[in-house]
Amino acid sequence: MIVADRKPIEELLGMVEDCKKILVVGCKGCVTVCNVGGLKEVEVLAATMKIARKKAGNPLEIAEHVLERQCDREYVSQLGEEVNDYDAVLSMACGVGPQFLSEMYKEQSFFPAVNTTFFGGATQHGVWEERCAGCGTCGIHMFGGLCPIARCAKSLLHGPCGGSSNGICEVNKETECIWDSIVKKKMEAGQLEDLLGVKNFKSWKTARDGGPRRSIREELVQGNI
Amino acid sequence: MRLSYPADIKVIQVPCTGRVDIIHLLNAIEDGADGVYVAGCLEGECHYREGNLKARRKVTYVKKVLTDLGIEPERVEMYNLSSAQGARFAEIANEMAEKIKTLGPTPLAKDSAA
Ligand code: SF4
Ligand code: SF4
Repeated sequence: MIVADRKPIEELLGMVEDCKKILVVGCKGCVTVCNVGGLKEVEVLAATMKIARKKAGNPLEIAEHVLERQCDREYVSQLGEEVNDYDAVLSMACGVGPQFLSEMYKEQSFFPAVNTTFFGGATQHGVWEERCAGCGTCGIHMFGGLCPIARCAKSLLHGPCGGSSNGICEVNKETECIWDSIVKKKMEAGQLEDLLGVKNFKSWKTARDGGPRRSIREELVQGNI
Repeated sequence: MRLSYPADIKVIQVPCTGRVDIIHLLNAIEDGADGVYVAGCLEGECHYREGNLKARRKVTYVKKVLTDLGIEPERVEMYNLSSAQGARFAEIANEMAEKIKTLGPTPLAKDSAA
């Protein structure tokens, strides 16, 4: 899923300091699963902002709405022109959400309420870790199922750098050296020689380096199948 | 047992303090309560195993939210007592009421409409 963190409350209050009436829009997709922008988080953010503004003697009226997803126009359109009844709209979806909203409702100002961070999963309740960098040409089968592009700080493809120490990455003491794990895993499986071959240069054209990407499925574009 | 506790405390009954959510505590503050406390069962004695522990974590979260907003975190508290401790219930109520009196009324504007 896409993982995000909520922005600090002062930053969000600052975004709407001149507003009297705003809308907070949540999303039932990834940000609900990573507990950052679903129904509960919308309610808590709205209540927190109202408390802050009441304390400042400048009350803020807040309406709440949670869309099925903010990355699909059919759901975004459910908000309707009533979005223009507000001084501003805060989106609690990943960065895709406020963009889809801005594209559909051109008169309104949309603010991101979260910082979108990575594609990952929960490794324990309350902890999420990065697993994929969306490089566009997946090759994890060559690395024992572990992705060195997303999980090695240097995205090395031919083994660890000299900074790997006791399984820990030199860039951050909190991070495992994924190359240490890849090598150990292959050794345990008796497949270390799989890592010895020289791999072709990785084409980064399919990654962000090739500019914004688009995925087209002709059969779907032509109609329902 | 006739025990008295301050009349300005409004008791809201819940089946288990695990039912108390962050939003309930925030709504109370937003609606102008000077303070809110959760009275849960003794730790280790929750009928639903950990409702009271979850309630404590939610209280801790709300304290942090209030701190971020420059509001005294002591306005929200968690207490644990057993249902047989009537005297302790009254004592906690008095203790919380005293603490709130010291802190003074809520810093939220009373006359706001939002
Ligand atoms: S190889 Fe590319 S697509 Fe596959 S997990 Fe790593 S970053 Fe993601
Ligand atoms: S220590 Fe390991 S994870 Fe860190 S940069 Fe070097 S090879 Fe990559």
